[in-house]
Amino acid sequence: MTLATAILLTVITAATPLLIAAIGELVVERSGVLNLGVEGMMIMGAAFGVVVAVVTGSSLLGVLAAIGAGVALAAVFALLTLGLAVNQYASGLALTIFGLGLSGVVGAPFVGIQRDGIGRIAIPLLSDIPVIGPILFRQDPFVYASFALVAGVAWFLWRTKAGLILRACGENPVSAHALGYRVLRIRLYAVLFGGACAGLAGAYLSLVLTPFWTAGMTAGRGWIALAIVVFASWLPLRTMLGAYLFGGLIVLQLHAQTAGVAVPSQLLAAMPYLITILALTLIMAMRRGGGAGSVAPAGLGQPFTPDR
Amino acid sequence: MADRSPLLAAEAVTRRFGTLVANDAVDLTVMPGEIHALLGENGAGKSTLVKMLYGLLAPDAGRILWQGRAVSLPTPRAARALGIGMVFQHFSLFDALSVAENVALALDEAAPLPQVAERLREVSRAYGLPLEPGREVWRLSVGERQRIEIVRCLMQNPQLLILDEPTSVLTPQETEGLFETLRTLRDEGRAVLYISHKLDEVRRLCEAATILRQGRVVERCDPRQQTAASLARMMVGSQIADVRRARAESAAGPVRLRLDSLDLPSEDPQGTSLKGVSLELAAGEILGIAGVAGNGQDELFAALSGEAPAPRAAAIVLEGTPIGHDGINARRRRAAAFVPEERLGHAAAPRMALSENALVAGHAANGFLRRGFVQRDRMLAWVDAVTSAFDVRKGPRDPEARALSGGNLQKFVVGREILRKPRLLVVSQPTWGVDAGAASLIRQALIDLAADGASVLVISQDLDELFEIADRIAVIFHGRLSPARPAEGLTREAVGLLMGGEGFGPVADTPPVMERVA
Repeated sequence: MTLATAILLTVITAATPLLIAAIGELVVERSGVLNLGVEGMMIMGAAFGVVVAVVTGSSLLGVLAAIGAGVALAAVFALLTLGLAVNQYASGLALTIFGLGLSGVVGAPFVGIQRDGIGRIAIPLLSDIPVIGPILFRQDPFVYASFALVAGVAWFLWRTKAGLILRACGENPVSAHALGYRVLRIRLYAVLFGGACAGLAGAYLSLVLTPFWTAGMTAGRGWIALAIVVFASWLPLRTMLGAYLFGGLIVLQLHAQTAGVAVPSQLLAAMPYLITILALTLIMAMRRGGGAGSVAPAGLGQPFTPDR
Repeated sequence: MADRSPLLAAEAVTRRFGTLVANDAVDLTVMPGEIHALLGENGAGKSTLVKMLYGLLAPDAGRILWQGRAVSLPTPRAARALGIGMVFQHFSLFDALSVAENVALALDEAAPLPQVAERLREVSRAYGLPLEPGREVWRLSVGERQRIEIVRCLMQNPQLLILDEPTSVLTPQETEGLFETLRTLRDEGRAVLYISHKLDEVRRLCEAATILRQGRVVERCDPRQQTAASLARMMVGSQIADVRRARAESAAGPVRLRLDSLDLPSEDPQGTSLKGVSLELAAGEILGIAGVAGNGQDELFAALSGEAPAPRAAAIVLEGTPIGHDGINARRRRAAAFVPEERLGHAAAPRMALSENALVAGHAANGFLRRGFVQRDRMLAWVDAVTSAFDVRKGPRDPEARALSGGNLQKFVVGREILRKPRLLVVSQPTWGVDAGAASLIRQALIDLAADGASVLVISQDLDELFEIADRIAVIFHGRLSPARPAEGLTREAVGLLMGGEGFGPVADTPPVMERVA
C-alpha cells in the first residue's frame, strides 16, 4: 500500500461520519426545517451505540441503538418545532446542548472500555482493482452505507414524486398545503430520517473510528456537517465532495500537528467554516452573473401551521 | 335545457374563526355551463367559502351537494376527485421548480415527469395557453404563472373551475385572453366560479352572481342586468362616496420633482434595472405610473425614496436641489414622504405598536425625539390624530400593526405620511387589497393633498384607480418609462398596449422610439 493510498484511506475514514450526518441534514433542510441539533443527535448515537455494543457484545445492536437514539432526539425536535411550532434555531441549539449532556451521563460508566472496532469488508473482484480498489472497496460497512445513502437520496429527491413533494414543502409550505399535501407529516419523516443519519454517524465514531467512549467525542463534527450542507448548496453529490474535502482538512490538521508544522491548529480547525463562507460567496457571485447554482430552499426555517 | 339541476350547491354553510363568523349560513348554487361570479369586499367571506368548496377548510355547519348528492370534502384531493379545480389568488407555485414539476405536484396520479410534460404541452396547445415545461417558474411573467395554474387544473378535466381574483395582476390584453379561455370552458359545459371585485369584468363575463357581505349572502342577480354602481352598492351596502376632482385643470404649478435619465441597476438579480427614466412632476399634480408588476416599479420606488441611491446626484432633483445621493432621512427632511407597496414588513413593522411605527418613520422629521429620548405622549397624540383623520378602526388605542385589517393599516400608513403635510408624496399601490370604502377614502386624501399644492406620484397596477385620480399617466415597461400623457382623452386600450410593451421599441442601446417621437 503506497503512502498516497494510506492517506486517502484515512481521509475517507474521517469524512464518512460527516457525509452520513450531512446527507441526512440535507433531506431535513430540503423539507424546510433547519435542525441545529445534529451535533446532539450524533453524540447520542455515539454514546448509545458503544454502550449497547459493550453490554450486548453485538456491534449490530449497537448500531441499531445509535440510530434509535438519533431518531428519539429527532422526535423531540419534531414535537417542538412541528407540533408546537417552536423556533427551530432555539430548539436545535437546546437539543445539541441536551444531547452533549445526556450522552456524558449515559457513557460515564463505560469510559475507557476498549472493544474491537467493526472490521472492513473487501468486495470480491472490485477490491483487486489497483489504487481505487483498496480505497473504495476494502472498507467498513459504514462507508458502503454512505455511498448508498448519497445515491439513494439523490435518486429520491429528483426522480420520485415523493421527493418532489418533499422539496415542494421546503420551497413553499403554504402552497404545498394548498395543494393538499400534509406538510407537517412530510417534514416529520424528513426530521426523523435526519436523526437516524446523525445517530448512524455517531455510531461510526464510537464503533469504528475510536472504538471506545469519551465524553464530547463528536468534537464539533455535527456543526461541520451543517456547514457541508450549505457548502454543497443543498445538492447530494456536492455534499459528498464537501465531506471528503472537509475530511481531508481534518486529516491534514492531525498530520500537521504531529509533524510540528508552524500553522496553528486552531486555524486548520477553522478551515471548514472559512471554506463554507468562501463557497457561499462564490455561489452568490456566480448567481449575480446570471449563473443558476442551486441555493437554499426558500421555506428553510419557516415554521408552518395549517389553519384547518 | 335538458339538465337544469345544479352542479354544485352549498346549503347553509357556516364557518367561524374564533368569534368571527366568516361564513354565516351561506347558500350558493352553480349550474353547469355557467360562469358564476362571487362578489364581495375584502373580508366578506369569499375566500373562506371557496376554501371549503375545495376541501381546504372544514365547514362548522351546513352541507355541500355535488350533482345533487351530499359530499364531504376532507382534502383538496377529494375535491379534485369529484371534478373541482382551483386557481389561487396568490399563486400556489414553487419558484425554484420547473413548470412540469409544478404541474406534477398538483396531479393526483404519479406519472413520470416526461409524460406530465407531454400532456402539459397538449392541454396548453388545446386551450391556447402556451407554456414551456422545462422552464423554472421564477423566470416567468405573472401572466405565464397564471397559465400554469389554469393548465394544471384543466389537466384534471374539472367540471367546476374556481378562480380567485385572477385578473388583479394581468394587463387588459392578458385579461381578454383569459376570458376567451373561460368562455371556451363554459361552452364545453364546464362551470366557472369567478371571484373578483372588478365589477366591469363581472358584468362582461358572468351570467349569474352571488354577493356576500360580512359573511352573509345579501343578493343574487344577473350581473348583465346591473350597472357597476348597483353591484357596488350591493357589495358595500351603502353608496360609495364618489371621489371628487375639484381642481382647475390648468393649475399646474412649477416643476417640483424631476428625474433626468435615471439609470439604476437592480440590486436583485431577478429584478428590473431602470434605464433612462425621465419625468417631471409639478406642484399640485398627481402623476400615475401604470405597468404590469415586475417592470421596475419596485426599483423606481426605491430610487425615489432613497433606499437605492442614484448613481448621479443630478438624476433626481427635488425643488431645484439634486438629491440623488441623499438618504431616506435627508429626503424626508425636505418634506418628501413615501408609502411603499407592502403594508406589513415594508411600510410597517408587524410586531411593533402603531406609535412605534410612527416613530420609526418619522424620527428624523416629526419631533418625536428630545435630546435623543422618545416623547411617548407625542407619539400617541400622533396616532390619535392619524386615527381620527383617516377613520382607522382598531380596538385598543395603540395596537400592534399586524392586529389591524389590511384596509385599516393602509389608511394608517397613508395617513401617517399625509399628516406630515409633505410637498412630495410617493405612494405605491395605495389601495391594493383594500376594501372599497377604505380605497375611496385613501384616493380622496391623495386628491385633497394635491389640491393643497403637493405633488403626488402614484405607482399602481389598477388602471381604474389611475384614471380616477391621476392628472397624467405614464407607463413603465422593462425598466423604461413612457412619456406622461394627460389622463383626459387617454383610453384604457392605449395604456394597455403600452403596458404590453408596444411603442417602447427594441431593447437596445438606441434611444427608445417614443422619446424620439416626443
